[in-house]
Amino acid sequence: MSDSERFLTQTRVAAAAIRRRPSGGKRWAAFRRDPAATLSLCFLLLVLLVALAAPWISPADPDDAVNSLRNAPPGTPGFLLGADSDGRDVLSRLIWGGRISLLVGMTPSVLAMLISLVLGTITGYFGGWVDQIVMRILDVFFAFPLVLLAIAIAGAFEPGLFTEILAIMIVLVPYISRLVRSSTVSVKELPFIEAAKAAGATHLDILVRYILPNILTPVIAYTTTLIGLMIVVGSGLSFLGLGIQPPAADWGTMVSDGRVALRTAPHITIFPGILIGLVSLAFNFLGDGLTAMLDPRARRA
Amino acid sequence: MDRAAGAPLLRVEDLRTYFELGAGTLRAVDGVSFALHPGRVLGIVGESGSGKSATALSIMRLIDPPGRIVGGRVLYREQDLMRLPEREMEALRGNRIGMVFQNPMTSLDPSFRIGQQIAETLVTHERLSAAEARRRTIELLRLVGIPDGERRYDDYPHQFSGGMRQRVLIAAAIACKPDVLIADEPTTALDVTIQAQILRLLADLQRRLGSAMVLITHDLGVIAAMADEVLVMYAGRVVELADVDTIFHAPKHPYTRGLLQSLVRLEDGRDSVLQPIAGAPPNLIDLPPGCPFRPRCIHAVERCATELPPLRKLVDGRQVACHLAVAS
Amino acid sequence: MSDYLIKRLIGALPVLFGVSVVIFFLMQMIPGDITAALLGPMATEVAKAQLRHALGLDQPILVQYVKWLGLVLSGDFGMSIATSLPVSHLVLPKFGNTVILATASLLLSLIVGFGIGAFAAARAGSTFDRATMSITLVFGSIPPYWLGLVLVMIFALTLRWLPTTGMYDVIDPGGVRDVLRHLVLPTIATAAAPAAIITRMVRTSMAEILAQDFVRVARAKGIPRRVILWRHVLRNALPPIATITGLQLGYLLGGAVFTEVVFAWPGLGYQLTSSIVARDFPVVQAAVLLIALIFVVVNLAVDMLNAVIDPRIRVS
Repeated sequence: MSDSERFLTQTRVAAAAIRRRPSGGKRWAAFRRDPAATLSLCFLLLVLLVALAAPWISPADPDDAVNSLRNAPPGTPGFLLGADSDGRDVLSRLIWGGRISLLVGMTPSVLAMLISLVLGTITGYFGGWVDQIVMRILDVFFAFPLVLLAIAIAGAFEPGLFTEILAIMIVLVPYISRLVRSSTVSVKELPFIEAAKAAGATHLDILVRYILPNILTPVIAYTTTLIGLMIVVGSGLSFLGLGIQPPAADWGTMVSDGRVALRTAPHITIFPGILIGLVSLAFNFLGDGLTAMLDPRARRA
Repeated sequence: MDRAAGAPLLRVEDLRTYFELGAGTLRAVDGVSFALHPGRVLGIVGESGSGKSATALSIMRLIDPPGRIVGGRVLYREQDLMRLPEREMEALRGNRIGMVFQNPMTSLDPSFRIGQQIAETLVTHERLSAAEARRRTIELLRLVGIPDGERRYDDYPHQFSGGMRQRVLIAAAIACKPDVLIADEPTTALDVTIQAQILRLLADLQRRLGSAMVLITHDLGVIAAMADEVLVMYAGRVVELADVDTIFHAPKHPYTRGLLQSLVRLEDGRDSVLQPIAGAPPNLIDLPPGCPFRPRCIHAVERCATELPPLRKLVDGRQVACHLAVAS
Repeated sequence: MSDYLIKRLIGALPVLFGVSVVIFFLMQMIPGDITAALLGPMATEVAKAQLRHALGLDQPILVQYVKWLGLVLSGDFGMSIATSLPVSHLVLPKFGNTVILATASLLLSLIVGFGIGAFAAARAGSTFDRATMSITLVFGSIPPYWLGLVLVMIFALTLRWLPTTGMYDVIDPGGVRDVLRHLVLPTIATAAAPAAIITRMVRTSMAEILAQDFVRVARAKGIPRRVILWRHVLRNALPPIATITGLQLGYLLGGAVFTEVVFAWPGLGYQLTSSIVARDFPVVQAAVLLIALIFVVVNLAVDMLNAVIDPRIRVS
């Protein structure tokens, strides 16, 4: 599902969910009933664990190059998934590279979500000319295709990890803000907000205690799906050479590295690509599962 | 009982439509049989979930999964509709058998002009040219009480009120002068004042076209005003079938009696107490054996819990499905 | 209807203006001294200052922006640093190649999307439908650059059915047929994700419409199933599909970068990436500007299309 497709669903779902929220326990039950989502969650936790435990479980040093075993096929003793064109162990590089790929996928998304929560609630709640101006500015960002903007931003700065994270974060803020804002607008019309105001709640009170908790779930679900997309885009930036630089590696650079030996040693390219796809898919399923948790009507199918 | 001359136009025999749900099998229509004669109005009455709409949809073969017509015959002019290939069924729908639905607000395609939505019936079945269909449609609009047909032909549904939309839908349903018109709660979603207008329109059209009509409703007032015969449904089955006078003045089935008793009548004094039917509507997935009305029936005996009462014809011509009614 | 059109056109202007601002200032962000890059490491401070003055870089930012905007609006995108050619000469023909790839991919995506999506929608809930939804999710998650490489590996390197890279055969450039041969793999790689997304949207949108009352009424009127599907259902299902398609076109224009790089397809995306690496910023500016402009125009066109299809939009 594209972000825009999800956006359409999720704004509707957000409004519906806010009006009709099942209890917390029932929601988790719905989630658990979705096999794809639960499986994905377990898979992602496993991947995360492996990445975090890299220093302990990585079979070899990812930068350790064995000249004689360049392009060794998978199954070569000591190189479970083979070696790359410099003789480095693919499996170790996958484990260590996973740290960066996941970091680049998740960090900017979470940061963008936090920024958007502030930005979107304020503009949505107060409205007026602040809202108009911010919306116009966001419109400008929407005028760029997402990938293009990420590439342009990444290209404007020195290539590196920070650049990648910055580029992705900037690109995501408009999308998440739009959802936060429209959800805020839906919620602020609800009667209980008026009741709170009548009882003397300040604006900050209302924003933090009433509006925020109600919009959090759809926003988190949406962001989760975006993470899936950003894993691909982030790796793509590395693939193009705009992200982290050698000798550091993530899955994207590994795919790029494998190009030279594509015919003789395809495993160098294939394995990292499969991981990118699986992790992205898992985040997509997870995001769908979280959305379904909100509103059983808005199922994936 | 007054029987109309001629063979029945539509004969439903032991129709069964079940829905396969996760929780079990829902028997929406569980052995319904009746006959419809030309020019007559059959009113089908029952509460929500009694299977009235499902029966109508089954006759039209518009039941979608998870529902399925699992048994019975529907004979239109002695031809079993259940055995017809879909293409031939399509040729009958909107042509010889027309249907009007409950929700005029959502029954018209919002992206097309209303005139087109009437005309397409004519083009499909009578192969009229666009111009000819337009002419006929404007006439139909006048017939259903939309005077400025020329102009309104090109209007979109959102430019019409609920009552007007229902008129448009009725026009589409009768465009090809069907023999049978099925009206499924045609006025339920409308304002009370409009309801009377639409019913009068339906009655008028039915008389004019000479069509037979199946009028489905939960409103006994509508039945009293329009029906010649009445079929009372409960839990997917027919519990009583008789002509309208008999039903209103001498109902035999406890459910029918209950329905009539819970009506407010002009004759009742100000202090008279409303008599609702005790209990709740049945769970159609998990029906207990025996008569489905037994849990709410004040006359129930042991036999009612074990034996399902069949629909039996009585001396006075009516049909009742009740052990006690037959016995007396 | 024309009111709506004019309103939207006018609304697009500040956005385009904002786009130009973003691009200009993005380029200003670039660290490093352009004069040093141009003159080389041996340049003296005086020479650099002179060049700076000649290029107008010592003027206030706002003035620079206005000048730049003026030039751009008259079609002058400046000179490429790397090749010393006018940028427009470099960028416009490449844009044409990207359009070819994007169009082919869009066509493929639409054919697959409507074909499979409509089929699945008509059989909502069936095994085919559920399989479709799962498979599309998978294809939507596959990185396009990786898919491109896999396709090259299988079809070009191993099976040798199709060429590996480029738009024309280097040795013996043929005509249309040659281009088409070279177009196959890049198109599949580029279209995979959009096709998946469009299929899902078509299926979801159509299934939603199929469940509507007016569809049942149309069936009750005896309108043949196929007519209902392609007349009533499609018309109502189109707006979200059109919107998604427009966005996919944006992706195709921007994201085709990956496949262009993998297949060395001489398009704007490929040019963009090489220019970024070569720090040739006038070219980067022009390329991004051009793509953004097209994207805005496409989205505008999609909005117009939606207004035509759904009369209710014009009223709101």
